[in-house]
Amino acid sequence: MTAANTSRRKPLIPARWAPYVFISPFFILFGAFGLFPLLFSIVLSFHQWDPVAGVAGMHWVGLDNFVYALTRDDWLRKAMFNTLWIALVSGIPQHLVALPLAWFLHRGFGRARNAVTGAYFLPFITSTVAISLVFSSLFSKDFGLVNAAFASLREVPVLGWLVPGQSIDWSQPGYTKWMISAVVFWRYVGWNTVLYMSAIQTIPVDLLEAAQIDGASARQRFLHIVLPLLKPMMFFAVTLSIIGNLQLFEEPFILTGGTGGIDQAGKTAAMHMYAVAFMDGDFGTASAIAWLLFMLIAGSTWINKRLLGGRR
Amino acid sequence: MRPRILTLVLACLASLAMPAGAARTTLTVAAFPDLDRSVKIAIESWAAAHPDVEVKLTTRAYADHHTAMTTAIATGANLPDVMAVDMDYLGKFTQASGLEDLGAPPYDAGAVAPLLAHFTLGPATGAGGKLRAMPADIGPGALFYRADLIARAGLVENDLTRDWASYIEAGRKLKGATGVYLLASAIDLKDILIRAGLADGQGIFFDDAGRPQVETPRFVQAFTLARAARRAGIDARVAAWSTEWSEGFRRDRVATQMMGSWLAGHLKNWIAPAGAGLWRSAPLPGGAFASWGGSYWAIPARAEHKALAWDFIRTLTLDRAQQLEAFRRLDAFPALVAAQQDDYLAQPIAYLGGQAARLQWRAASERIPALHVDRYDQVANDIVNAELDQVLEHDKPIPQALADARTAIERRVRRY
Repeated sequence: MTAANTSRRKPLIPARWAPYVFISPFFILFGAFGLFPLLFSIVLSFHQWDPVAGVAGMHWVGLDNFVYALTRDDWLRKAMFNTLWIALVSGIPQHLVALPLAWFLHRGFGRARNAVTGAYFLPFITSTVAISLVFSSLFSKDFGLVNAAFASLREVPVLGWLVPGQSIDWSQPGYTKWMISAVVFWRYVGWNTVLYMSAIQTIPVDLLEAAQIDGASARQRFLHIVLPLLKPMMFFAVTLSIIGNLQLFEEPFILTGGTGGIDQAGKTAAMHMYAVAFMDGDFGTASAIAWLLFMLIAGSTWINKRLLGGRR
Repeated sequence: MRPRILTLVLACLASLAMPAGAARTTLTVAAFPDLDRSVKIAIESWAAAHPDVEVKLTTRAYADHHTAMTTAIATGANLPDVMAVDMDYLGKFTQASGLEDLGAPPYDAGAVAPLLAHFTLGPATGAGGKLRAMPADIGPGALFYRADLIARAGLVENDLTRDWASYIEAGRKLKGATGVYLLASAIDLKDILIRAGLADGQGIFFDDAGRPQVETPRFVQAFTLARAARRAGIDARVAAWSTEWSEGFRRDRVATQMMGSWLAGHLKNWIAPAGAGLWRSAPLPGGAFASWGGSYWAIPARAEHKALAWDFIRTLTLDRAQQLEAFRRLDAFPALVAAQQDDYLAQPIAYLGGQAARLQWRAASERIPALHVDRYDQVANDIVNAELDQVLEHDKPIPQALADARTAIERRVRRY
């Protein structure tokens, strides 16, 4: 009887639809949370819209938001400068340190390699908010450990000459970008080290051994074998750094209390975009800035491709 | 067959259980800390009169709450029935049509205007005279100071409050005698002076026609005084609510702070509890009167339970017992005039050395003008602060800074 019922029962969906039904959750989620916001932000960038007025409050303004952002928004220019400054000052050292560090960890730690790598990787998986709050305390002018350490070093002969004569006010415009860059560097150097280590592990051992037999030192093997073979990974890692650094938001936002700091010295393009949208209530201009930022990231990635991508 | 029978039985059981649950209406309230605590107080009394209504409170961090309300109104999704709006965000929310006009029927809140502090409804009134929110608490401005540090420098309260020149001079003496900064940031002086001397209906940054007012003598004086404080070296150059700011009070590095009366509660509870008995409250220097913050309640235009929402808001804002209880527990100075007349205001505050400071704050609230708020006030404030940074950090000439501020405001506002 059960078999007869089963044979009579009409399937809920025709069998030929089944593959599409099974694959549909991805497309539904992607459409709702990926594609729609993307397309809506393009539409928004050509409108003036204060969301508090509801959807009915949208007005078509054509390219005005882009023109305004490019020609009259002084704060965007300043934020772009800050973003590029922090991207370079925090980004370049990340790779200059991560490359030899990965080689050193690969060679020097044997079985302990994974544990040491994990220690370097830890900042990357720690909450940005927690990191930024801790660093806020460390960089406190009067009560922070960084200035306390400088104060201790002042007592040491010779070293005392190298540190500032008095406590540094890290919130001052001249120091804000350095402070943010230090935190970003500290956070992402481990991530890049892991990337480079994983690439080093794919280098054929016989290549390195042959070079060693030929008398190449560790430094020579690193410079003439490892580095050239790491070029594809360098392209990948630098691309991620470009995208991440040009979208930098959380670290400067928390370290500067959301304001960008005195004289907007720590305000990044992503922070400015957020402020234009949620503080000024101008979602149209914010969307235009988002697309300008996208174009900058795309352009930078293209340049990186020309420099490091090469022809495979 | 068995699964079908089981499903049927479960459906029957569910339908039997439904009526009790289905009849309960859920009133959603969105707030931010510590205002959410006043909601919890209100629920205690309100729930007894509304046994069929469940009040669901959603609390988000201060900035997150206002961002969430912005997107909720924009999309119509996850809209609460009752939403809190802080004074600083009033301009943004009240000038648009996303909130109910509480001055119109069936609310007719205009009729209860005389029951509320006179300056509270003006900022909540948007375009076309539409009242978008009801005030729950206010923050009459006061000068909080450390009596022991001031005395150590041979100063008295009058040296701080007589006029602004005297305040700066007191700072010099204090710094010279004790090494203590008089105030946390010179920007605080700008904030109070641009609000001083305004009449009812005037705006801080914009006039009625939306023209920027940043080149008026009010701003020139505010910038000049802030620069004088910086040059005198009497400000600690720390931003409010930063780690340095609170540590400065804890470690006796900063002797005064101008803010709303609610600061007394923050000082007592977490900023400087060890300073009990050492702090005092005084009127603002130079006879200035201003309001710092304040909380309002509003009903989104697309809220589901507007009648209940209004009833709940009436409890939060017009119920004397509720207002007093919130005052006692949260230090939320009541916007309801009847609550301001309670004997509780005359009680001494131990943290302030036994001072009956609430009476002083009430007297100040009676002199605060009802200011016009503009939806771009926050934008203008950011620009003015950026220009003041230029003056304080790079010695930019004040007329040039204010002219640049005006240009920047006009550019950014881009009124359509």
